[in-house]
Amino acid sequence: MEKYDVIVVGAGHAGSEAAIAAAKLGSSVLLVTMDMTKIAQMSCNPAMGGIAKGQIIREMDAMGGMSGVVTDRSMIQFRMLNRSKGPAMWSPRAQCDRMLFSWYWREELEKNERVHFWQDVVTGLEIKKHRVHGVKTLMGNKFSGKTVILTSGTFLNGLIHIGKQKAEGGRIGELPSKGITEQLRSLGMKTGRMKTGTPARIDGRTVNFAEMIEQKGDEEGGAFSYMTERRGPERQKSCYIVHTDQKVHEIIRKGIKYSPLFDGTIQSIGPRYCPSIEDKIVTFSEKERHQLFLEPEGWNTVEYYLNGFSSSLPWEVQYEAMKNIRGLEKVKIFRPGYAIEYDYFDPTQLKHTLESNMIEGLFMAGQVNGTTGYEEAGAQGLISGINAHAKCHGKEEFVLGREEGYIGVLIDDLVSKGVDEPYRMFTSRAEYRMLLRQDNADERLTEKAYRLGMVTDERMKRMEEKYRKRDKMVEILNKMSLRKEEVNPYLESIGSSKIKQTVKAKSLILRPEVTVKQMALQVEKIGKIAEEFNDKKDEIIESVEIFMKYKGYVEREKLLVEKMKRLENIQIPEDIRFDELSSISTEARQKLNRLRPKTIGQASRISGVSPSDIHVLLVYMRR
Amino acid sequence: MEQQDTICAVSTPPGRGAISVLRISGPNAFAVMDTLFHFAGGKNKLAAQPSHTIHFGHIVENGHLIDEVLVSVFKAPRSYTGEDLLEVSCHGAPYIQQKILELMINAGARLAEPGEFTLRAFLNGKIDLSQAEAVADLIASNSAASHRVAIHQMRGGFSRELKQLRDRLVEFTSLVELELDFSEEEVEFANRTQLKTLVTHIRDVTGRLADSFSIGNVIRNGVPVAIVGKPNVGKSTLLNALLQEDRAIVSEIAGTTRDAIEDIVALGGLLFRFIDTAGIRETSDFIETLGIRKTYQKIEEASVVILLVDAADTVEVIRGSYRHILEQTGNGNRRVVMVINKCDRQDRKTLDKKFGGSFPACLRPEDRMMLLSARNREQVHRLAGMLVDFIKKDMQEESGEVVTNVRHYEALRRTSKALDRVLDNLDRNLPGDLLAQDIREALHYLGQITGEITTDEILGNIFSRFCIGK
Repeated sequence: MEKYDVIVVGAGHAGSEAAIAAAKLGSSVLLVTMDMTKIAQMSCNPAMGGIAKGQIIREMDAMGGMSGVVTDRSMIQFRMLNRSKGPAMWSPRAQCDRMLFSWYWREELEKNERVHFWQDVVTGLEIKKHRVHGVKTLMGNKFSGKTVILTSGTFLNGLIHIGKQKAEGGRIGELPSKGITEQLRSLGMKTGRMKTGTPARIDGRTVNFAEMIEQKGDEEGGAFSYMTERRGPERQKSCYIVHTDQKVHEIIRKGIKYSPLFDGTIQSIGPRYCPSIEDKIVTFSEKERHQLFLEPEGWNTVEYYLNGFSSSLPWEVQYEAMKNIRGLEKVKIFRPGYAIEYDYFDPTQLKHTLESNMIEGLFMAGQVNGTTGYEEAGAQGLISGINAHAKCHGKEEFVLGREEGYIGVLIDDLVSKGVDEPYRMFTSRAEYRMLLRQDNADERLTEKAYRLGMVTDERMKRMEEKYRKRDKMVEILNKMSLRKEEVNPYLESIGSSKIKQTVKAKSLILRPEVTVKQMALQVEKIGKIAEEFNDKKDEIIESVEIFMKYKGYVEREKLLVEKMKRLENIQIPEDIRFDELSSISTEARQKLNRLRPKTIGQASRISGVSPSDIHVLLVYMRR
Repeated sequence: MEQQDTICAVSTPPGRGAISVLRISGPNAFAVMDTLFHFAGGKNKLAAQPSHTIHFGHIVENGHLIDEVLVSVFKAPRSYTGEDLLEVSCHGAPYIQQKILELMINAGARLAEPGEFTLRAFLNGKIDLSQAEAVADLIASNSAASHRVAIHQMRGGFSRELKQLRDRLVEFTSLVELELDFSEEEVEFANRTQLKTLVTHIRDVTGRLADSFSIGNVIRNGVPVAIVGKPNVGKSTLLNALLQEDRAIVSEIAGTTRDAIEDIVALGGLLFRFIDTAGIRETSDFIETLGIRKTYQKIEEASVVILLVDAADTVEVIRGSYRHILEQTGNGNRRVVMVINKCDRQDRKTLDKKFGGSFPACLRPEDRMMLLSARNREQVHRLAGMLVDFIKKDMQEESGEVVTNVRHYEALRRTSKALDRVLDNLDRNLPGDLLAQDIREALHYLGQITGEITTDEILGNIFSRFCIGK
């Protein structure tokens, strides 16, 4: 049988990005999945993006990943979140048609002839002398591969809980995957259990939407991919907001004794930022109500996802509580929410390329590394796909720095700090938030990906063009003077103080209430520069706006990056014995010993390691 | 850390005193001491004694008694260094000190490098970095004021106050970050008015501490005082008289960058650094002009200028010298003490007529004048008292907290700057992400004094206090 360059185990968000990346670069890829109809399934809510996550999709897209394109094709609602905050916080988010999303992903994969498919369950890896050689399946097949990327999500020994009922499965109604954890553990890998949950899906025909607050998409729509020509979608579906109340809480409180989360059945750690409804009511008992969202599951379905109501309670309790929510009095549910426990591998056993540092050629991406979220998974898939290809073809490793992207932050956090709960990206995890914006992911990453071969000439040209035009407009605006009669009508219209004599355009742009976008519409002289930008006008003006208004902040962060890079360059000797540095706090010592940072920069990011601990390290290393 | 060797040193200052203390620290401290120390009338071993006890006995070499000593026992980790540590109190003769040290080294210890005991205390987690720095200051402190500051810092000092303020700022940071990362949720947002009050307060505290650095610096290095005046007006006589004030502590600090013409003297518990200057007069001589220019530079560095004039000069000439000094020193906050010298050569009446009445009105309110004769010990003593009062006022004794460490000073200054920007951003009503950038920076620099906070801790704070997520 054919020997593949890359075998990808699992076709979720991580697996799909990994397969397409390796195939784009020229590797032969086998994608093994249990169910060909569930490729890139949105197992939880039917949405992509959001704060920090939207930025990740833009980064993947800038590097030739497909999540952005697929999201654009399947979206039924688009919103740019946080418009009122600074540009670092603007975050695109889309509701998608769950079925279309999966379908378009499959189509993208099928378009690439180097991607082969096999529907089966992988039960073990072929490993000899700490090197992976292929996979074994339930049907008894063996596939040989130079590298294997494990992206099995929640499937490894998945255990589903609904009240006291337990069922083995990777998702509800699907088989679990057994054997891989046990095999890798026997080879010395550290594993753990995590827990996550998902809420009920409900029947839109039984919902009284008139009782709810409608949340519409942005009127002008939007897109994730830098290559998508048109802002979409043409028409949009709305989400709806409802709240729980004390009566609902009371019903849940009474049912808590049936919850496996509270009777000790589930011991594994769930995400603190995404608690189940019973968790919320117990932990935040003083809160009178909790907000829920009804998210549409697609264009042509009545199914809604009840965001905020994730639960492991018996379905009768969930149902009873739900019926007490205003507008859901007559609700019917398609399926209840459930909790799931699954195995993950301690990600500190990985290199920054996501290759195992124990078993050569074995890469891991997504929930198996203890993360949560489609975007976090996809990003790891992309990086592991690129590096698996690099490994097969003797190319250089590809690693992103923390200053280059949220993807860099994500992987560095995983590898150097490990996880103690399902890891989700937040903007506060990034030290250079002002640099890692959704508008400039292409400027940060496209050229880098182009040199790898991940990105088409067309995309590269487009990126260069955008920033050439941006720079030109900035140059003109920097020199431009505006007379009072040219600009005062605009200033007056936005309630900004009028000018008494000619001023530099750039000084006006620094006023918080002034926007280049609006000036381009109301001040002729500025509108003229933007004319030649045609359909890219909005994008370029936005870029000009951010470049000029936030220059100071961006520059300051760039200085911090330089400073950090110096720490990043100080290597910690491999044979250092952290446990003997008794002047370091016990916590820091244990963490350093477990995580074994390679540089002072990495060590300084470990929580519990203080600046004086770092000083001790430096003092010690100089000895 | 690899197996440490055992170190020893004389811990009291070099020279002859009544007694002297030697220290030995390290894994073999007891083994070494038990070879040279003999209990008075017993066969006990020091190693068998409980920690924190004192023992009388003899130091013996080849059966010859070297000295009668007291040995204090501190067992790891309950010692200054965190290692086994012994202190030997012997008689103060340099010969005895050297002999005991030699015996210790022969028995396997090694001479400690400067600061090595403190370094070990630090590496063994007995003291934190700022305490370690304070100990170094304490060892080097040679006046009452600098001793007080060092002790204060060693006991935790201002870092405790900063830590409390930092914790409150972290609370707010969590709220701001919460707004940013979870904006879609119903959450309480950071109250901008309260944030502003807090930031203003922290900015004031850090600003005050940073400002105290110049005072702290003065306490450590001595208050620079320039003595200026025309040639032959008696500068050297006055300087020598001032130096006589406390001869015991007059020191020449060798190997520092200080000018050789400077002299350090402790007056009233404060260090003063007297700068003797070239005589000032109008001259056309190029070389002498250079010398005078250097004098003015020295005056720039000084906190206090003593303008020495001759009582025989006319009032106009004296006023002229005073104005000249003010002009040359840019009317800054340098205080001037006008000392009218050689008063013993004038009769009392003439002096009263000349310098009583309206004459003192020509001085700025912060300046002082004094009539004396540099040869008169008692009058010079009064001058010294006046200088001490001057400086003590400046030191804001009531504020207490003084920063003497350059690293702390830098961190405080940067914190205070970042907080200024936070306040500015709050005034301009800027969004949270821009606000957060400066708050993060402030926290980062505060962290260099008190220990840093990481994003994990901020997120942890958020998750424990707020119901987040869908």
